[in-house]
Amino acid sequence: MFPRSRFAAGASPLFTKRLGAGAIGGLAVLTSLGLAACGSSGGSSASSSSSSSSNPLSSGAAKGTVVVGSANFPENELLAEIYVLALQGKGVKVTPKFNIGAREVYYPQIQKGTISIIPEYNGALLTTSVDTSSTAATTADVDAALKSKLPSSLEILNPSSAQDKDSVTVTQATAKKDHLTSIADLKPYAKDMVFGGPPEFKTREDGLVGLKKNYGLTFKGFDPLDESGPLTLAALQDGKVQAADVFTTTPQIITDHLVALADPKFNFAAQNVVPLVYKKALTPTITSTLNDVSARLTTAGLLAMDKAIILDHANYSTVATGWLKAVGIKS
Amino acid sequence: MSFFSYAWSWLKQPQQWHGPEGIPVRILEQLGYSALALLVAALIAIPLGILIGHTGRGAVAVVNVANAWRAIPTLGLLVLLTLWLGFSVLAWLVPLVVLAIPAILVNVYEGVAGVDPELRDAARGMGMTPWQQIRKVEVPVAMPLIVLGLRTGAIFVVATATIAAYIGLGGLGRYIIDGLAENNYGEVAGGALFVVLLALAVQALFVGVRRVAVPKGLRLQGRSS
Repeated sequence: MFPRSRFAAGASPLFTKRLGAGAIGGLAVLTSLGLAACGSSGGSSASSSSSSSSNPLSSGAAKGTVVVGSANFPENELLAEIYVLALQGKGVKVTPKFNIGAREVYYPQIQKGTISIIPEYNGALLTTSVDTSSTAATTADVDAALKSKLPSSLEILNPSSAQDKDSVTVTQATAKKDHLTSIADLKPYAKDMVFGGPPEFKTREDGLVGLKKNYGLTFKGFDPLDESGPLTLAALQDGKVQAADVFTTTPQIITDHLVALADPKFNFAAQNVVPLVYKKALTPTITSTLNDVSARLTTAGLLAMDKAIILDHANYSTVATGWLKAVGIKS
Repeated sequence: MSFFSYAWSWLKQPQQWHGPEGIPVRILEQLGYSALALLVAALIAIPLGILIGHTGRGAVAVVNVANAWRAIPTLGLLVLLTLWLGFSVLAWLVPLVVLAIPAILVNVYEGVAGVDPELRDAARGMGMTPWQQIRKVEVPVAMPLIVLGLRTGAIFVVATATIAAYIGLGGLGRYIIDGLAENNYGEVAGGALFVVLLALAVQALFVGVRRVAVPKGLRLQGRSS
């Protein structure tokens, strides 16, 4: 049998002889330069918003315009779209920069002023980026902590009553059977219920630990699933878990007829939608417009819009325009 | 901190070794998921591989489809099946079986199809029925490759059974997923370390299987060529 070919490494000797090692080296360098160029200029993801998205990493906006950014998830992009349309309705020049990334990516940008406005959630902003040791839970406490500890270049405007926060959620059938409206009502039933949530919920301060401390709940078991995602929702539907951690603006709350129980003791810290702004970009028009938007935004309204964009795949700016019209803000 | 110092900081805690969530239990769960998946995959792939190796029919189609299967993302299939079928055994078993089948099937087919035509001819000449040819000649001669196929499939499955944790089950994946979620990198590193050790142990196990299953003559022949 023929021995393993000495050409087995891949390059045919003819090819090598013709082009020579130097030419191959040159080709390799050119290819890698080309790939590096493609890699670094990438980043503009497909945005379903009608506004154009430019490279989020390029430096700030043209003079006189305000840059509205968003994180890389649908609800945040929708909120940013609402801000953009409301501001444009008041004649403010706006440059949208949507789908920037997670907070680790966009927070340094707004601190520097590369973006001017971004929709935020007061509780998460506080504990992730401003004061990780804060235990503030109510809207008032969280806002006060933010106002005193935000870096001097930043400011929050008025919070809205709309919140996208964790909750203890049950099916409608369970709520009816055990007459549940608040987490406190679970006390006699928790020992027969399995709780579903993201793996870290087991040890998180506001997770099982907090539910026990604040409401005296001890569940029969814990199923580590995903963070208010398809697995958790499926587990609730199938009855694999009887209560789960579901975000309060998850569209399936409507379509699966779920009930997010009230949290009177603020086990889960407030997560009110609030505009985070770069102070130097603020004008009185911007402040009053965004405060107006926040005043009219409710959890139910946000939930309905999330259903439209996530489950019904509606166009973001159509939904945003529709809402602004319904609440009487010019866009 | 290095990977190993992270892993050590976690696994040196005595409480990690006790209880229903301790390391021994998780290892057993991982082996349990893997063993079942490998068994089902072998029950499908070995007979099929022997059949197409013996008859030579359908080989191109079957082997190409099996190889294309390797592209199926196991985690994606897991989530999809969980949403379709609910949290059942099939939801995690099917993706692992799908992962193992190509490795076993291709090796069994190559082994059986690669049996020296003279040997087959001699067997036929001796009056053996096809079933006897398979049982007495083809399979024993193909044994080295059959065992290799099972070994490859076993290692794939033992390493990938970590995904069962994604739908709330146990196994060593529990440490990786929970550790990531809780930012406990010692747990992640420890879980990953044990997956690697387990895969190496499976590798060693199959060296032993080879010793038992492959006829001595073939083993010696393999060594000298």
